[in-house]
Amino acid sequence: MATTQERVEEQVDLQPARPGEKHRSLSEDVWRQFKRHKGAMIGLVLLAIVVLASVIGPFVYPLDPYDIDTSLANMNPTWTHPMGTDNLGRDVMARVLIGGRISLAVGFAAMLFGLFLGTAVGVISGFFKKFDGPLMRVTDLFLALPILPLLLVVIMLFRESLKDAFGENVGIFILVVFIIGVTSWMQTARVVRGEVLAIKEEEFVLAAHSIGTRKRNVVMRHILPNVLSPVMVSAALGVASAVLTESALSFLGLGFPADFPTWGRLLFDAKGYLQLNPMRAIWPGVMICLAVMSVNFIGDGIRDALDPKARSK
Amino acid sequence: MTAQSPILEVKDLETQFHTQDGTVHAVNGVSFDLNSGEFLGVVGESGSGKSVTMMSLLRLIPMPPGKIVAGQAMFEGRDLLTLELEDLRTVRGGRIGFIFQDPLTSLNPVLTIGFQIMESLHIHTKLSDEKREARAIELLQLVGIPGAKKRLESYPHELSGGMRQRVMIAMSLACSPRVIIADEPTTALDVTIQAQIIEIIRDLREKLGTAVIWITHDLGVIAGLADRVLVMYGGLIVEEAPVGELYANPQHPYTEGLLGSIPRLDQKGMQLINIKGQPPSLYQKPDSCPFAPRCPYVFDRCREENPPLLEVKMGHSTACWWDMDNQRPRYGS
Repeated sequence: MATTQERVEEQVDLQPARPGEKHRSLSEDVWRQFKRHKGAMIGLVLLAIVVLASVIGPFVYPLDPYDIDTSLANMNPTWTHPMGTDNLGRDVMARVLIGGRISLAVGFAAMLFGLFLGTAVGVISGFFKKFDGPLMRVTDLFLALPILPLLLVVIMLFRESLKDAFGENVGIFILVVFIIGVTSWMQTARVVRGEVLAIKEEEFVLAAHSIGTRKRNVVMRHILPNVLSPVMVSAALGVASAVLTESALSFLGLGFPADFPTWGRLLFDAKGYLQLNPMRAIWPGVMICLAVMSVNFIGDGIRDALDPKARSK
Repeated sequence: MTAQSPILEVKDLETQFHTQDGTVHAVNGVSFDLNSGEFLGVVGESGSGKSVTMMSLLRLIPMPPGKIVAGQAMFEGRDLLTLELEDLRTVRGGRIGFIFQDPLTSLNPVLTIGFQIMESLHIHTKLSDEKREARAIELLQLVGIPGAKKRLESYPHELSGGMRQRVMIAMSLACSPRVIIADEPTTALDVTIQAQIIEIIRDLREKLGTAVIWITHDLGVIAGLADRVLVMYGGLIVEEAPVGELYANPQHPYTEGLLGSIPRLDQKGMQLINIKGQPPSLYQKPDSCPFAPRCPYVFDRCREENPPLLEVKMGHSTACWWDMDNQRPRYGS
């Protein structure tokens, strides 16, 4: 008896592709729609500026962020120090630029980690009934954990051992990313689980099974793309809250070492001088604001661009 | 029609759903054969077990709560009900195609129809990308979608209901299956589109020699299409006959009732007969005739014993204690 392959081969009559017909790919479609979203484009430009300033800025900007000169302490913005100086006479702009590297890196890394964890937990508990109960209880458990005390304990416990294993900064980076990720995946998991539960019952999932699709592929090809919109929104919110949490951690003095600038650390250092030199607190605050806002806009745009119905309009 | 070797043999299929309210006996021992190239109609009212029977064959019912309790479904020398899931996957879509009832929800809204048609080819064949695409275009042309090449990149919401049902048919045909199971494929469509879809299926069957199982509650659709008809009631087959014979000479009161309830153009002013009462509760296994409470010919034996499906004429079987032709109890009771 002929195999499926042979029977189909027999019938396929290969037509040469007509020249001049351009193939549309999914990523092109998404990009075309994304470009039309004004807010998202503004967000993209803003984020690009913030990222470039943090990555390249410190190389271009002439002043050293660690250069102490107490004779220049607590200056207001001038031409040589566009954002003024801090209480030790260090240039605030240089510190804000270099501080962005860590804040953004932590923000994106923690978001990716939390997103991956949340989506995995959500999809598994939504799709496989037997895991639903246990996984959702674990989610509830994490939701019920008081974050700040947890952070305090974890940092106290693991700071030293990680510092020994990976060095001061890398160790803290891993710790901070891990903690923020581990404490921020629950919302994503819940949203994704809800979506998966609804989509699982759709007839197209049954149809996918009926053409012999593997369970794994049903999840990856048919269910996951349908939950991408809420995932993208959580991603955007995730970056934002991760940047904010990192700032809060540094602000509490729990994050990176005291002389290591991040946006949160800069805020923390500035708080004692709010009356003397208020501008010093505003600059890192503005940067956090810009980063968070632009990422939110981009998330919005991606969500719209991923929806084929919005795309065809 | 000459006697052929059946391509699909179903024996004593029993499917139950274990719900919180009790066990639903959806299919209670169904046996039938399907010959290769045959068009088999399956009719019955909602909840009579038509869809569950066919979905059970490919184990597409949700398990749990569903469970196939007993039976055998021999297809190409293998029992579909005990086959390893890995092997069953090669049957699903590869050897047996399934068309679903509602084309509006049966296509994945975020994937292009080209992707969805080619997915089946991807799973079951090792065709190259170009050949897969060529096949997909060919399939769309086969089901009568104009501008097939461009359509591959369309999303389901860009197509009308009839178009989407054609895409569904193209999907199920992708790997040239031996059998297509169509679960009320035209109920969600309006009448003109319905006629077109029926025409397409009829054409395809002639061209490709695929056997078709067509599930419907519309006897009118079946009349012009099927070779043989199964009538289901309460999770049982109550009558089985060649289509002409069934319409001319129904041997089960339920079939008679169904035929009487179709409006006809040539008999103006006649009142439609309705089948009084409700379909049976499926919470118990039938130990008497499930149709007895609604049957106009009911007598004592019907309430005591469930009649077996027995051949009463050449190729015509019925599960009824009453002999319709002679208007007396059958089997000397």
